[in-house]
This record gives sequence, C-alpha cells and structure tokens, in this order.
Amino acid sequence: MLSVNEHSCPYRDGQTLIELAKKFQPDADIFIINGFPTSADVTVKDGDTISLICRGKQPTKAEIDSLLSARHTPGIQKVIKQSTIAILGLGGLGSAVAGAMAKIGIGKMLLSDYDVVEPSNLNRQHYFVDQIGMPKTRALHDNLLRMNPSVSLELVEKQLVADDLPVYFGKVDVLIECFDDPAMKAVALRSILGTMKKVAYVGSSGMAGFGSNNTIRTQTIHPGIYLVGDGVSGAQPGQGLMAPRVGIAAHHQANQTLRIILGEVERRADIE
Amino acid sequence: MNITLNGNTKTCDNISSVAELLSDLTLNPETVVIELNTKIIPQDEYNEQKLNDADRVEIIRFVGGG
Repeated sequence: MLSVNEHSCPYRDGQTLIELAKKFQPDADIFIINGFPTSADVTVKDGDTISLICRGKQPTKAEIDSLLSARHTPGIQKVIKQSTIAILGLGGLGSAVAGAMAKIGIGKMLLSDYDVVEPSNLNRQHYFVDQIGMPKTRALHDNLLRMNPSVSLELVEKQLVADDLPVYFGKVDVLIECFDDPAMKAVALRSILGTMKKVAYVGSSGMAGFGSNNTIRTQTIHPGIYLVGDGVSGAQPGQGLMAPRVGIAAHHQANQTLRIILGEVERRADIE
Repeated sequence: MNITLNGNTKTCDNISSVAELLSDLTLNPETVVIELNTKIIPQDEYNEQKLNDADRVEIIRFVGGG
C-alpha cells in the first residue's frame, strides 16, 4: 500500500511518481517520497509515503479538511471540526493557543481582545512587524486564515467585564483564559464557576521569565476546570514574558483543550 | 478557631471574615478566587462573609502575564 497526498493507494510493481501524479495531482512539479524531494521518474516502493505538490497552488478548504482527517484519523477530526472554543486575550498565550487550534482544524473560535499590536508584543506574540497598530483580533484573524482557511472565526473586540462572559461565551465547549491582568484572570474563573456550569475551562497563571520548563504544569481545580502555569512567576521588572516559556504554557493550554474536546479528561457536563 | 486552607490547617486568631483572612495572607482580593465550603464567594462579599471553625477555604491566586 502507498500513501499519496494522505490517500491510501494500492502498490503496484514498477510504478513511478509521474504515473501517480497523473491520478492524484496532474500539475505536480515537486515530488516527495518519505520526506525527501526526488524526481518524477523515480520508482516507488511498497509502504512509501508520497507527497505530490504543485508549486504555488493552494489546496481548497475541502482538501485541507481531508488532509487533516487523514493525518489525525477521521473520527478524531470530526470531533475537532465540530467543536467551538473561545480565547480571552490574544497576547503571548492567546495568539499561540489560537495558532495551535487553527492548525489542527478546530471548527470555530471566538477571539476576544481590545488591544492593538504594539512593538513590545513581538518578543512573544504571534503577529508580524507590518501588523503593528492593527487590532489584535483582526491581525490574528488574518494570520489564522493563512494557516487554515477552513476555520470559522468570530471576533469580540471589547474590553470584557464580568457580566459579558456568560453572554458572549456561555455556549462554547471550552473557554481558554489568556488574559495578562491577574484581576481579569480571577474575574474569568469566578464567572465560569458561578455562572457557566457547562463550559470547560483552561486558565493560566505564572509563565514569565526563563525558569524551568518543568514547573509549568496543568492542574485540575475541579472536573472540567484546569489551570496552567507555575502559579508564581508573574510578569515584573527583571522577569518579563518571553516567547519560549509563554509558549510552553500556551501549548499546555492548547493540548488540554484538545484533551477536553476528545473526552480524554473530564468535561463539566459529564458530572452535572 | 481553625480552618482548612488549601488542604492545610490554619489557626485564625483575630480573623473573622474572608477579607481579614486575605489581609493576613497579604493577598490582593482582586487577584484571587475564593471557595468557602465549595461555594464561590463573590468579590463584593469578602467583607461581610464570616469564617467559622472547621470551614474549608480554597484560595486560587493569580499572577500577571499572558
């Protein structure tokens, strides 16, 4: 058996890449076998993984979904595609969480921030120099759709207060708190515990500086309520927020979100 | 009076409310979430919320950065 552009295809003795390209990607001009670029006249071997690429041609949304489905297995991809998440704050944590979730093909994301991209953000936040001055919601929207155009995005451009949270985010599967301000982190957790009984939650506290990787952890507060970070490393003079460690925390948050969606850890609705 | 604070016993002399407990611990009321006997206490009730012997208090504290 061969894998050609993530599709299974029966192996035949003496088959060349150019023959496969006629069937799967007639315009292909880049030929890759098992990760190595090669030429069109190469004969394939049973078990090869083949990627046939047409330079400059972008896959359609349906093709991207099908690639993700093949890569993640169809059952898992279907669940990811049907899920809705919300991200509160689009800084170092939020922009990285959003990128990870877009890449795996999450169905829908609600993105919330009221800030614009500033030069000082670029040491850790996933924006580009030419986006300085743009609202983070719109800049991230553009960046995420370049990563995966098949993701549905809704932007909440607003400085949130406690009462807004159940109104905007009461129906999502997972709410991911990526605020910078510790008072807003507390507001969000109080709100989720007090007013949003069905929404799972992944919060954050403590990821500044360049301390150990391994003190960043994912803690269970209650079933369906998780908190990521080392709990103590706040942003302060001499201990700034930096891409590497903020990225560790962000990807704890993203993976915990995925685990909730896939039923690997408890959701809140399971126990109520 | 003794309370259980985040799983550990704490002796509270001269502490009768949630606000006084936070002040004793030098914690900013705005950056914590408090559960008293598994119930979330709204931030505007910290002053009047009394503590009693054998209460179980969980304090989740937040530091800045995101």
